[in-house]
Order: sequence, then C-alpha cells, then structure tokens
Amino acid sequence: MTTQSPLAIEATGLVKAFGDTCAVDGVDLAVRRGSVYGVLGPNGAGKTTTIRILATLIRPDAGTARVLGHDIVTDAEAVRRSVSLTGQLASVDEDLTGRENLILLGRLLGLKRPAAKDRATELLEAFGIAEAGGRLVKTYSGGMRRRLDVAASIVVTPELMFLDEPTTGLDPRSRNQVWEIIRALVAEGTTILLCTQYLEEADQLADGIAVIDHGKVIAEGTPGQLKASVGSGSLRVRLLDPEQRPAAEQILDRELGLVTLEPDPAALSAPCSDADRGAYAVAELARGGVHIADFSLGQPSLDEVFLALTGHPAEEAPDQAHPIAEEQEA
Amino acid sequence: MSTKPSAEAELMTTADQAAVRRAISSTSRPPPPSALSAALTFGWRGMLKVKHVPEQLLDVTVTPIMFVVMFTYVFGGEVSGSTAEYLDYLLPGILVMSVLFTTVYSGVALNTDLTKGVVDRFRSLPIWRPAPLLGSMLGDSVRYLLAGTVIILVGVALGYRPDAGVGGAAAALILVVIFAFGLSWVFTTIGLKLRSPSAVMNAGFMGIFPLTFLSNVFVDPTTLPGPLEAFVNVNPISILVDASRGLMGGEADFGDIAIVLAVAVALTAVFAPLTTRLYRNS
Repeated sequence: MTTQSPLAIEATGLVKAFGDTCAVDGVDLAVRRGSVYGVLGPNGAGKTTTIRILATLIRPDAGTARVLGHDIVTDAEAVRRSVSLTGQLASVDEDLTGRENLILLGRLLGLKRPAAKDRATELLEAFGIAEAGGRLVKTYSGGMRRRLDVAASIVVTPELMFLDEPTTGLDPRSRNQVWEIIRALVAEGTTILLCTQYLEEADQLADGIAVIDHGKVIAEGTPGQLKASVGSGSLRVRLLDPEQRPAAEQILDRELGLVTLEPDPAALSAPCSDADRGAYAVAELARGGVHIADFSLGQPSLDEVFLALTGHPAEEAPDQAHPIAEEQEA
Repeated sequence: MSTKPSAEAELMTTADQAAVRRAISSTSRPPPPSALSAALTFGWRGMLKVKHVPEQLLDVTVTPIMFVVMFTYVFGGEVSGSTAEYLDYLLPGILVMSVLFTTVYSGVALNTDLTKGVVDRFRSLPIWRPAPLLGSMLGDSVRYLLAGTVIILVGVALGYRPDAGVGGAAAALILVVIFAFGLSWVFTTIGLKLRSPSAVMNAGFMGIFPLTFLSNVFVDPTTLPGPLEAFVNVNPISILVDASRGLMGGEADFGDIAIVLAVAVALTAVFAPLTTRLYRNS
C-alpha cells in the first residue's frame, strides 16, 4: 500500500444471498478513518452479514470492498492483521477464565507469553474485571462478559474495529460503560463500524449513519441530517399523574396542535420547532393545574426517522427502561 | 429500571476512561504468530478445558470403568471361566471403547464454539487457517491419552497385568490414540453440520455406541450368529481391539496394526479437509 486513502472502509455493491434470501442486496459504504460509523437497522436487515463480509468471514457474491486499503477477498490476510471483530454474541470462551481468554487472544495475535500475560493483567484492570479475572466466564454477568469481549478485541489495538450490537441485552448501566469504552477507543484513533438496532446508540456514538433495511442502505448522513430530513422537533411531556393526560392534551392541542399520546400513559408530545413556544406551552400546563414530572424539547428521535424512512417502526428495545434513561441524560 | 448489585457498580468505577485509554494506546502490533505457535496455543486452550471442565472426561471414563467392574465380576466367570481371565480379555477392549467415546466430544466442543460465536473471532484473526482445528485435535489427543491411562490404571487396580508390560500397554494406548485422532475428524465434521452441541452428542453416540458393542470388545465373535460375526470381524473397531490385545499381550499382529493405521489415515484424509472446508465457510 503506497497511498493512504482517507477512507477506512469503501464498499461498493456488496451482495450476499443465503439460498433464496438476499441478506445483503447492493450495499455501498464509505467510512472515514477515525470515525464511528453506525449501521442502523432492525433484526434481519443485513447488518451482521455486512460486518461478516467486511471482516473477511464470508465472501460477497458480488461487489467489492477495501478495508484500510486492502481488498477483502484478494488480500484478506492483510485485513485480518489490522481489524478486530466483536460479534453479536459476546464471543469469549465460557469454559476459560477471563484472564485465560485474554492470554489466548494475545498469543494468537503474536504476543510472547510474558507479554500476553502482562497485557491480560493491564486490560482486566482497565476494564474493571480484575477481581473476576480468575473466574470462569460462564459465571460472569452480561455486562462483565461484554466488557471482557471488548477487551479481547483490543488485546492488540486494532486500526478498525467491527462492533456488532455491542449492547444488545445489557442493562442501561452496563450499556453506558460499553459506550464509554467505545468513546475511549475513538479518542485513541480507532475507526469503528458499529451495527446496532438501537437508534439511541447510533445517535450517541456515530458521526455518520447508514440506515439499512432488507439488505439495502435506504438513507445515509449524520444523525442531525437524518433527523432534519424528517422535519421539526417536538415537545415531550411526562405527567406525574396519568389521570391528568386529557387535560394536558387539551392545553397542548390549543398551544401547539397535533398532540401525540405516547405508549407511556403519562406521556404526550406535540410538534414544536420554536423553543419559546415550547416554554410557553409548558407554562400553560402549569397554569392549568397539570403537574409535570419532566419535559424535553428536541429534534425528532431516530425512531421517528426510521418510521419515516421505512414505513415501519424499528424494533422495540427489549429493555423498557431504555427511553426513560435517555430522557434523564438529556 | 434494573439495578445491578453493588459489586457491579464498584467494578464500574474502576473502569475509568483514563485507564481504558492507556490500555488502548499502550501496544504496538507484533508480527502474527507462526503456524506452529498458533496451533499449540489452541492445544493449550484444549488443556485448560480439561482442567476447568473435568466432567467431560469423567462422563466418558466413568461408564467404561463401570463396564470393567460389572462385566468382569458378573459375566467374567461365565464367559471366560474366571474373572481374572476375562479381565485380560476385556481390558484392551474397554480401553478402545473409552477413548473412542471421548472422540465424540471433539465434535461437541467444536459445535459449542460455533454456536457461541467464538469461531467467528478465531476466524477474524491473522493466523494459519487450520490452526484452530489442528490445535484442538492436539489438545483432544492429550485428553484421549488421559482417558486411556485412567482405564489401564483401573484395570491394574483390579489385578490386570499386561503380558507385554508397561511398554506393551503404552504401545496399545498410542495406537488407540492415533485411531481416535482419525475418527475424531468424523465427529468434527458432524459438529459443523448439526445445529446444537446436544444434537452432535446424540448423533455421535448413536453411531459410536452400536459400533463399539457390535465388536469383539466384550465377547469372542465366534459365539455370535453368522451375519453378525461377519460384521464384527470387519468392524475396524474389532481390528483395533485385536491389535491392542496383541500389543498388550505380547503377541503384536502387524497386519492388524497396519490396517488400523491405514483406517486412521483414510479417515483423516477424507474428513480433515471436509472439516476444514466447513469451518472456513461456517
């Protein structure tokens, strides 16, 4: 490689079919070095297959891709030398201890035994699993297992990291920990391709997002651009007492119009692109005797973006606490 | 909102940004390991599993040990005239049986790696492609040696004394392990074809159990009905048992040994490439 492309991943027209189903149907991607690129889509959209193609685990039926300048088919060995993969299932060996898993990976990446041991110690401490390092991984909690999994992916720091749904199934606290680790990786210059079905995750971490559905990229841009393409922001209010929702609905309908009642029986929202008007509407609620637990004024969520782009909603996060956590952070 | 126990919270505070960033920035990329080093590392992984999950080894040795003890004392007098004489006949057969049972676990372990996603990670590493398979097989061979040694020691405790001494017993053990190495490629192929570890276990034992019983492990085939006797005589497991008896009894039959080695090579030649290809495309 003589010329250093500014792109870490350039893929054109990737196609992969399994039997009759076309899992990936002409995907193009361009990922800048040093960025976090989110591939967002529901289950079965083709995210994992795309990652597996780019990580050289499977060959595409059609299309080409270069990862860090190396062709994924003709120069797969060079790709494997500079990337790491964190699969959808926390791919660590359950019958080994956390420490042994890291030493194993270190040895397989070419570290000498003492260096592999030192590295394992360092990573266990940095990731807060030092005390559990001697325990078999099958005894770990989901969050610990995921942290070990990410640690295993950076035993030798990769130039590019594939992360396939790194927080699926984690509780909000563990999810935030994994996000912090991802941010640290980015700060140190690692490029990350992040597949996720959580819109909030892409919003939090990614510089650029490709929305993928049925094996095709259906939209691409920064989180802000994607939101802007769907339209105005909204005011969201959560009440202390769900009984007061009809009263609140009446007031908001008068002030802003087009009120949406949310699945949460105490929450409702209305389109609002002007912060002053939003503030006034909240004041009107208070004047009307409606007690508010919290409110937020913001751009449309990526959930709304997804709905607008695909005509069907993204999958619900299994964790119902999810949207609440989001609000508290905002 | 789910609240994790405080231990988890404790751990989180130690996973601070600065330490993580230091850990990320503190390595340079070494050259990838040699083929041999990668394979040996996978062998080491196999050893660790024997240490952490000894149940697997126990599963396949306890049954043969029970067979040795029960068959020797219940049927020994009837079949061979005395328990000591029957033990002489039975032990090499049980050695074969216990080691061959262990080979099923090669397939189970590979399938477990596949279903847990570990295979994906190994396949994304810059290592010699067959290293994970070859290394696991090396590790498994040590496991076969352990299982075989346990059976021989149980036999010795019951009064078994091989005529060819320690050397004969060791030679038989090595022959059995070589055959098991060949046979285990069959199970790794099955392991990559089926959906779950327990399916592999069932399919494996469905094959190996009748094959082992329809052999000369327990009784002299001349007492069997004609067609069955014919089958038992060509069953490679019978030939392996004959060869092991020969080696342990000091009357090694080199024809039998040659057939056993040829079968092991043939199984490897067919199923090792098949396993490798399935693994690459998994």
